[in-house]
Amino acid sequence: MIDNQIIATVLVHLFTALIQLVLPRKTVEQMILSIAGCLIGFLLSVNLFIKILDGGILTMNAANWEAPFGIVFVADLFSVTMVLLTSVAALAVSIFSAVGVGRARMLYGYFPIFHFLIMGLNGAFLTGDIFNLYVWFEVVIISSFVLLTLGGRKAQLEGAVKYMAMNILASTFFLTGIGILYGITGTLNMADLALKIPLIEDQNIVNLTAIFFLIGFGIKSAVFPLYFWLPSSYHTPPSAVAAVFGGLLTKLGLYALFRFFTLLFVPNEFLKIVFLTIGVTTILTGAFGALIKTNIRRMLSYLIVCHIGFVIGGLGLYNKMALVGAVFYMIHDIMVKTNLFLIAGLIRQLRGTMNMGKLGGIYAEYPKISLLIAVVLFSLVGIPPLSGFWPKLFLLESALFNHSYFYAASIILGSFITLFVIAKLWSEVFWKDASLDEMVVDNFKALKPGRKTLMVLPIAILACASLFIGLNAEFIIQVTDRIANEMIDTTPYTRAVLGK
Amino acid sequence: MKSVILQSASRYLLPILLLFSVFLLLRGHYYPGGGFVGGLVAAIAFVLHSLAFGTAETMKMLQFTPLSIIPVGLIIAAISMLLPVFFGLPVMTGLWIEQPIPVVGLVGSALFFDIGVYLVVIGVVLTILFTISLETH
Repeated sequence: MIDNQIIATVLVHLFTALIQLVLPRKTVEQMILSIAGCLIGFLLSVNLFIKILDGGILTMNAANWEAPFGIVFVADLFSVTMVLLTSVAALAVSIFSAVGVGRARMLYGYFPIFHFLIMGLNGAFLTGDIFNLYVWFEVVIISSFVLLTLGGRKAQLEGAVKYMAMNILASTFFLTGIGILYGITGTLNMADLALKIPLIEDQNIVNLTAIFFLIGFGIKSAVFPLYFWLPSSYHTPPSAVAAVFGGLLTKLGLYALFRFFTLLFVPNEFLKIVFLTIGVTTILTGAFGALIKTNIRRMLSYLIVCHIGFVIGGLGLYNKMALVGAVFYMIHDIMVKTNLFLIAGLIRQLRGTMNMGKLGGIYAEYPKISLLIAVVLFSLVGIPPLSGFWPKLFLLESALFNHSYFYAASIILGSFITLFVIAKLWSEVFWKDASLDEMVVDNFKALKPGRKTLMVLPIAILACASLFIGLNAEFIIQVTDRIANEMIDTTPYTRAVLGK
Repeated sequence: MKSVILQSASRYLLPILLLFSVFLLLRGHYYPGGGFVGGLVAAIAFVLHSLAFGTAETMKMLQFTPLSIIPVGLIIAAISMLLPVFFGLPVMTGLWIEQPIPVVGLVGSALFFDIGVYLVVIGVVLTILFTISLETH
């Protein structure tokens, strides 16, 4: 049962960051270490994923304290899937960072902080203790705040203030919820809570606590009406940083929502309606926001919000098919959104701007890169058989089956607006004739071939991951099916943790 | 602020405070104290010295930049956390030697974690305070 392998990925990123701290001014060594660390982390997470897929849930009692008293790390299929996706995204971003992040930022410790961030994400996915989850959230927030402000431009600081203010507010809600929950149950262990919460006589206070967590995680995962910090901060940092933020940070909030609202607070009718309403409004506001933006990264930020709505709505339906769709959508979304922000960075390198009006002619000049990007864009839109198609099918079918016609309509509308926005992006950036603006400079041509590869390779890796998800959908559906089963029937989880 | 009284006092207080910080560090496992408090006291010793003689003088005495001991402390703490893995135990399990060492008492991996914290706290506090004092003068 005791298995240190569970948190091996956490340790790898911790030690990578520490070794990098010893080499403060050697950016090349840090870069190599970073890629090596991410590669090892990736291999370990693949190994862990296969182990959990073949076997069952694994647990590790940190410091050898028995389960409900000490902190326990739990690797169930949902956790290890998220860890695996994080590792893939981290690997791609660390390769991209070698060229995509300026030397000045590297000197201020970009790489160690990046690894602390990935460590925090991995830890948060694996922990089985709600206070420990809070601590990992703090690790993530502090590192992301540093990454956001490195460079210190005015726009960055403005975005960072909004980001920090909202996230501290979210942490306060989260912490208050933990306090109340500990007060009424006397435990912080998730499995123990899952057994004790249904026994509480006054279920009203349990529902109240659930709302605290809903608001806290809702801010972090950027749902309507708490999303506004996201579009106003994600377009400011370098694209490599924005890729981690866009791909992974909001998904951490979603992961926590799924963990809490399937294991601890099983949604009742009221909560289901709340989730569905949030889902629908998030889809609509995100989609309409994306329609009017001309800066690529601002537009992508609104698309993130829009697609979070799909997932939240899936949680609101709370049946097996919807959960399969929602988890599948998260898997697809992490790969695609990370990649889209990297692509935005590449476009900036190619043309020196992200304003769609000034861009153009990339397809004529770089047809191969454009086709690679097209695969990613099609995956996002969900052209069958690419990865975005399958989860939407599940969600839509489940929505119609449960007579949630508003949600079904908003899925369709959200998908169409995504299609429209992406088509606009394609025609403006790739098909339109090249702009004659003097501001447009190609910084990509001047790069050495090796550095060109470092920019395109991560996009290719993530595109392959998206293709794998889309073309190998049967396997992903098997995995998500098991995850949905674990969510609905939580006895294997509690039994694995508490041993009874 | 150059004052003879403060300078002579801090010359005597520096070793005493450092000794006290080590005392706090060592008794920290079962009694009030520990790496964090010990580190703060040690940092205060150097801050007092810098108030009396000026920050540049203290930096010269230290011979290393405070920033450089942060990773050292982190690595010591991280290794003490990782050590049980090699004995087939879960991460962060406390390992203890059988016989107490004179003066220090029972030594375990928790002590090394505390030493790591001690160094990190000294590094962080001194980095912050020295940066501020060098910026303002």
